[in-house]
Amino acid sequence: MASTDHHAGHDEHATTTGITHNKMMMWSFLASDCMFFGTLIMMYMVYRPDMADLEIGPNQLLDIPFSSLMTFVLLMSSLAFVLGLSALQRGNHAGMRIWLSTTALMGLLFLGGETFEYLKFYDEGITIGSNIFGTAYFVTTGFHKVHVAIGVIWLLGLVLMSYRGRLGVENEEKVEIAGLYWHFVDIVWIVIFTFVFLVPYR
Amino acid sequence: MAQAVAAKEEQTDRWAIIWDWITTSDHKKIGLLYFWTSLTFFFVGGFLALGVRSQLAVPNSTMISPDVYNQFFTMHALVMIFLALMPMSVAFFNFIIPLQIGARDVAFPRLNSFSYWVYLFGGILLCSGFLFGDAPDIGWTGYASLSSAQYTPGASGDFYVMGLQVLGISTLAGGLNFFVTIINMRAPGMSLMRMPIFVWMTMITVVLIMLAFPTLAIALFALMMDRNFDTVFFSATEGSVVMWQHLFWIFGHPEVYILILPAFGIISEVLPTFSRKPLFGYSFVVFSGIAIAFLGFGVWVHHMFTVGVGPIPNMVFSTTTMLIAIPTGVKILNWLATLWGGSIRLTTAMLFAVAFVGMFTIGGISGVMHAAVPIDYWQHDTYFVVAHLHYVLFGGTMFGLIAGTYYWFPKWYGRYMSESLGKIHFWLTLIGFNLTFFPMHFLGVDGMPRRIYTYPSDYGYELWNLVATVGAYMLGIGMLLMVWNLIKSVRSGEPAPADPWDGRTIEWTTASPPAKHNFDATPQIRARDDFWDKKYNRTDEAEPPADEHIHLPPGSYVPLLVSFGLMLMGAGVIFTLWISVIGGIITAVGLFAWAFEPND
Repeated sequence: MASTDHHAGHDEHATTTGITHNKMMMWSFLASDCMFFGTLIMMYMVYRPDMADLEIGPNQLLDIPFSSLMTFVLLMSSLAFVLGLSALQRGNHAGMRIWLSTTALMGLLFLGGETFEYLKFYDEGITIGSNIFGTAYFVTTGFHKVHVAIGVIWLLGLVLMSYRGRLGVENEEKVEIAGLYWHFVDIVWIVIFTFVFLVPYR
Repeated sequence: MAQAVAAKEEQTDRWAIIWDWITTSDHKKIGLLYFWTSLTFFFVGGFLALGVRSQLAVPNSTMISPDVYNQFFTMHALVMIFLALMPMSVAFFNFIIPLQIGARDVAFPRLNSFSYWVYLFGGILLCSGFLFGDAPDIGWTGYASLSSAQYTPGASGDFYVMGLQVLGISTLAGGLNFFVTIINMRAPGMSLMRMPIFVWMTMITVVLIMLAFPTLAIALFALMMDRNFDTVFFSATEGSVVMWQHLFWIFGHPEVYILILPAFGIISEVLPTFSRKPLFGYSFVVFSGIAIAFLGFGVWVHHMFTVGVGPIPNMVFSTTTMLIAIPTGVKILNWLATLWGGSIRLTTAMLFAVAFVGMFTIGGISGVMHAAVPIDYWQHDTYFVVAHLHYVLFGGTMFGLIAGTYYWFPKWYGRYMSESLGKIHFWLTLIGFNLTFFPMHFLGVDGMPRRIYTYPSDYGYELWNLVATVGAYMLGIGMLLMVWNLIKSVRSGEPAPADPWDGRTIEWTTASPPAKHNFDATPQIRARDDFWDKKYNRTDEAEPPADEHIHLPPGSYVPLLVSFGLMLMGAGVIFTLWISVIGGIITAVGLFAWAFEPND
């Protein structure tokens, strides 16, 4: 998989575009992932008009200040990530570990906040099967949560690798690729946050 | 180095050979695995088709029960589309693409073997419904909410959902892999506009896969949630009953182009080679391919004209559907112009390629007929549609793939396929095909609905149904002949040189069959149809020295392990969730091993 990284110095093994296979793969995967989220968000938008009249629906349940705070945490995690990457590129391994751990921690905080919301909804009697809002909300945000959780595991794996001395400056692209994924998950959340939380239901 | 690799190849121990095939990450071996597996599934699908045709041969027939009949026509479509035609295209991607772009392998060899094993296990999962007497019987479109737990309570819907879900993972992984391969691994000098047309069409196909399969995955995921976890996505009272149709066809129409574009690519290689002319209007063919892919995302409602989405959407989608005929027509004219004035050699591959142009044009024209809303109201859900789709998928895709088989077989095995058997195969197939599917136009216009179990004797359907059934058996005999030809030629075909057809593209510069490392020296590309140019126009070229650092990835059993875990995860949703947990553990362990397996 990393065959080209090894020979990056030799011309004959360089890739056609100059971008490594791994990074190109991540970009391609994200293009595909856009369609996964795109389909879910589109479905949500189609169901949206039916949600306003529900007995227990978004107008009764959504807590915009709280979810805004969670959004802020997730967006700031992207900043922490960039600081971590920049630390590694300057050879500052301790700084990278701190910032990447911070990023993972903020991701966990976001997951915790979302779970708190899920439990709150559950207490109000909204489950995945109770009405179309429950169905669309839990599946759309749940799909995103799975992405965040994978990102957190990935980040912690990178930190672990760094502690074991297997993540040097020459491997900074490994971190960069994880970053593409993490930023993408953040950006998708902005879209979900806008269409699920912010735009009024009427 | 090259000799060392070749020596390593010579394993005589039977188990070592089997283990080598199981763990292989060589694109050529994976390509052959894909080919033989998809051919096997093609015969499974063909058997189901003959079951359907036998039942319909005479009126008021009760040869098979209605329930089994429903399973037969559903599984016929699913097997043919997802287990035969698409994977057979992928077989060509695997074997041919790295050779045509001058690469040693694909970008991610282990992911490639993963794609194959997921395909095999997913196919087994989908077909295993027959073992439980509960194969999918809801039509290949699986319209929700008719396919939800309320109306399809048995396991058949679960086999449909989980089988396709697992297969989708395989397709998506393969699609991403080949996209990166084509973008990133071209030999020096091979700019985009010097790529062989087959590479171009493959690239467009994999982009369609990357963008269309996620929609199917989400739709299947939502249906799985509806069926097993009580969500209400497609519920008639709380959700939406039209939602599934939209999602399915947003995937489903690009899927049609995923099926046909590789065949376009294949015959765009075969026609120029056997006309000894460059492809007429190369850039027109490329850009009309791109236009087809782009427009392909904007036509899905033409499958839903009778649903009642309203006159304005119907009109818009009618227009876009007719528009898509323009780039398709451009291609057909380019192929004809390629033949014009060429010195034509009517080999079996060429016969199938020429037949492709004719048969696909008939299917294309009946497609434009459906594009007109008022005509579609009349033809919708009749045998006319069955005729149309078989003209594009059999007369189109399958003819293209058969042409590709005869064309590239010498490269795969270093032997020719028998031309005399091939010609008998061709005529049986062409005549059988038209006998089977042309009468369906008449049946459709006479109002015979598709997917119907039987029909009364006084409707005037008897003659053409009988003709179609006779044609179907003829087609079956023709395909059996092809298998005989394949097996015979693998064993004792006439040995073929590296360049058996006086080819144009660089896969013909390698030995037949190619060495494990494909090329001794990285090819330097100086023209479109580089090999032809080198043979006939360039005299000054010195052979580049052989590469000293040939790097080939080792084999790995991990992809097989992960694929097996994925199948268990899918099976668990059908039977009991404990199996999913076991599958999840196997997958997780496998992925961990994958990430840390030394791969250099």
